[in-house]
Amino acid sequence: MDMPKPDAGIIARKARIVARLRAALPQAAVIDDVHETRAYECDALTAYKCPPLAVALPASTEEVSTVLRICHEEGVPVVPRGSGTSLAGGALPTADSVVLGVARMAEVLEVDYDNRLMRVQTGRTNLSVTGAVEEDGFFYAPDPSSQLACAIAGNIAMNSGGAHCLKYGVTTNNLLGVTMVMMDGEVVEIGGGYMDAGGLDLLGLICGSEGQLGVVTEATLRILPKPEGARPVLMGFDDSAVAGACVSDIIKAGVLPVAIEFMDRPCIEATEAFAHAGYPMCEALLIVEVEGSDAEIDHQLALITEIARRHNPVELRESTSAEESAAIWLGRKSAFGAMGQINDYMCLDGTIPVNELPMVLRRIAEMSDSYCLKVGNVFHAGDGNMHPLILFDANKPGDLEKCEAFGADILRLCVEAGGCLTGEHGVGIEKRDLMHVQYAAADLEAQLAVKDVFDPAWLLNPAKVFPLDVTEGRRGSGASVAA
Amino acid sequence: MTITSETELVDAIRSAQAPLSLRGGNTRGMAGPGADLSLAGLRGISLYEPGALTLVAQAGTPVSEIETTLAAEGQRLAFEPMDHRALMGCSGTPTIGGVFAANVSGPRRLAIGAARDFLLGVRFVDGQGNVIKNGGRVMKNVTGYDLVKLMAGSRGTLGALTEVSLKVLPTPETSATLVLSGLDDPAAIAAMAQAMRSPFEVTAAAHDPAQRRTYLRLEGFETSVTYRIGRLKDLLSATGAALESLAANPSATLWRDLRDVAAFHGAAGDIWRVHCRPTEAPALAAKAGAEANLYDWAGGLIWLRMAPGTDLRARLGRYDGHATLLRADDAAQALPWQEPEAPGVARLTAGLRAKFDPRGIFNAEALALAP
Repeated sequence: MDMPKPDAGIIARKARIVARLRAALPQAAVIDDVHETRAYECDALTAYKCPPLAVALPASTEEVSTVLRICHEEGVPVVPRGSGTSLAGGALPTADSVVLGVARMAEVLEVDYDNRLMRVQTGRTNLSVTGAVEEDGFFYAPDPSSQLACAIAGNIAMNSGGAHCLKYGVTTNNLLGVTMVMMDGEVVEIGGGYMDAGGLDLLGLICGSEGQLGVVTEATLRILPKPEGARPVLMGFDDSAVAGACVSDIIKAGVLPVAIEFMDRPCIEATEAFAHAGYPMCEALLIVEVEGSDAEIDHQLALITEIARRHNPVELRESTSAEESAAIWLGRKSAFGAMGQINDYMCLDGTIPVNELPMVLRRIAEMSDSYCLKVGNVFHAGDGNMHPLILFDANKPGDLEKCEAFGADILRLCVEAGGCLTGEHGVGIEKRDLMHVQYAAADLEAQLAVKDVFDPAWLLNPAKVFPLDVTEGRRGSGASVAA
Repeated sequence: MTITSETELVDAIRSAQAPLSLRGGNTRGMAGPGADLSLAGLRGISLYEPGALTLVAQAGTPVSEIETTLAAEGQRLAFEPMDHRALMGCSGTPTIGGVFAANVSGPRRLAIGAARDFLLGVRFVDGQGNVIKNGGRVMKNVTGYDLVKLMAGSRGTLGALTEVSLKVLPTPETSATLVLSGLDDPAAIAAMAQAMRSPFEVTAAAHDPAQRRTYLRLEGFETSVTYRIGRLKDLLSATGAALESLAANPSATLWRDLRDVAAFHGAAGDIWRVHCRPTEAPALAAKAGAEANLYDWAGGLIWLRMAPGTDLRARLGRYDGHATLLRADDAAQALPWQEPEAPGVARLTAGLRAKFDPRGIFNAEALALAP
């Protein structure tokens, strides 16, 4: 994976750039000491690191606007950062960039239960958004696994999902409005406390644009009343194709579970060794959760277990209490940690049409043999969002490269099966060079044209999302303007 | 001109020397300066996977054909697109491309999202004749920019849709409606807010001031619907409204009429839609002084029938929302159909338009934004 060569001219102007930022922001809000900028050298894709030129931590939309205006005038690339939990390298800096972190902007600005919305500053973490309203019986639906740490800013940038999006949708389906600062410092308001803004759906375009179109500082979010209750059922099968067929039948039957999670044998074994959740040793395990009153849950679980029985499960364990529910979820929630106990791992998130599940799992197993790298599959089966975890040894020369090649093959397979490269983590740098697999030149050009409109100088997070050769003539144009 | 393939469409756009008005079934009644270019000849469902809840169709496929296909598998277009024909006083066959191009959503939008939330992928031809695809046919996809959302609701100003891929949902076992009678507007809005704050999964909430009737729809398994109707009755007993419930069939008829704004059919006047915060709806409706109005989306959408030529936006002043003029009785009047955009947003819109349609040949009527 390559990053563009840093602009020596910008690095030479570091003192002036930092001085301008210092003059505009409070003292502690600008970091340029080489020991301190190291804290921002990577995100959760830790295989790639590069300390930035400087870090700015503004505390308001106005300060964000000031930082961006200065960087725009100086022709300095800006890498927006939420909490730095991206698995795709979305917040990876370059040596000639200013990291703009929104972590100091974490206020709840408004809670409006009657209209079921809240407005927050985007540095606020996902879980603490729900935390601000849960005592009153509400929650914010998108729930990425990193929700304890990840910021709403990053959720919007990556259009994050989570385990419960089968029923509640992903970030774009729960976002009503944003305050966004453009690269030149202009502040725009898009959408608001109402459904469906008029005009072009700029909100939909901004959500998932990986910090390349603007810096979102405030967001109006849809909040929902908590269900009366929720309970899962665990089912084991001796064939992953059968488990896949069972998922399809549940969906076709008109039950809409809030989550359908899938784990394969390597993942079950790792999880059992780590968390002792009491899972059956089998080829495929499903956890299906439904919501409602006790009677409603009983009714839905009865339908689901009836469907499951037709597929000859080796295990069928319906939760009847909060303790049993927790036990069923325990293994699933520890799956990533369990795999991490075995070795380093790389987590992919390609999505496939649900009906292609058996074929894709079989092909992944074949590739695993030929690459001699173990892979465990744990994923959101209801929506086809896979999470193959490839195990490798970071200390073994060549293993990371082998793992990346294997990962790329899996993602090509996802596209071939009618799916896509990434379902919820984003492209970042990780899948940047695979965009050609999913999109033809004209498809990519149309996306680049959007960035041309929002950020004509290509200063916002410029080395991400698109293959570098495709963006070659566009990146760096800002530096020459300022010189 | 009616084209029957994407290749023909590309040729038609590349060779166009004058503005074009892209049309699906032409049921929105929008007259434009360009030559009509109908996409209704692009027909057919190319893929339907009930177990994956996805369907792919050519843009000109009639909505009715898709609904029939889905019904055979017990599924539906969950966002409940309205049928504009009676309200707009026009004929024609609504197409799936038209539904997404105008982001048409019905009463269930309140609970499960708009048309744009169900659009998974698109193919379209831009103003220079480039064929572009974006998204796909899977429910979770963050690969690159979401041009799918950009195309939804763009009304043919950026490109001509040729194919759409969408998410469908199972049709629930049954539905029922709880009817509250006798509430004035503020009390009705408060009752709907109370219902929406409950965990009982109301899938539509509307209020008809003329009849002082407030409607709350529930859908799901029979036992669950019965249970939730009971709980809502308890919850709303303090409103003092008379409470009765409608069974599945009358409920379905009621919501079809509310979806299509049947109360306004055949009546003269301008038809407006106001999107706002539900709790602000009664005050906005009072300011509007409409000849008739109707609240949907628990108040988040107000339908208004106004005397021809009334400048509703001037009456409403500033609020968190926007007003759309859907039907103007007097075509000669110059009110823009869409709320004028703030300068920063207007620049982005114009910039996108210049990129996707640099010759400015698509749907000038849909861009009539300036007052």
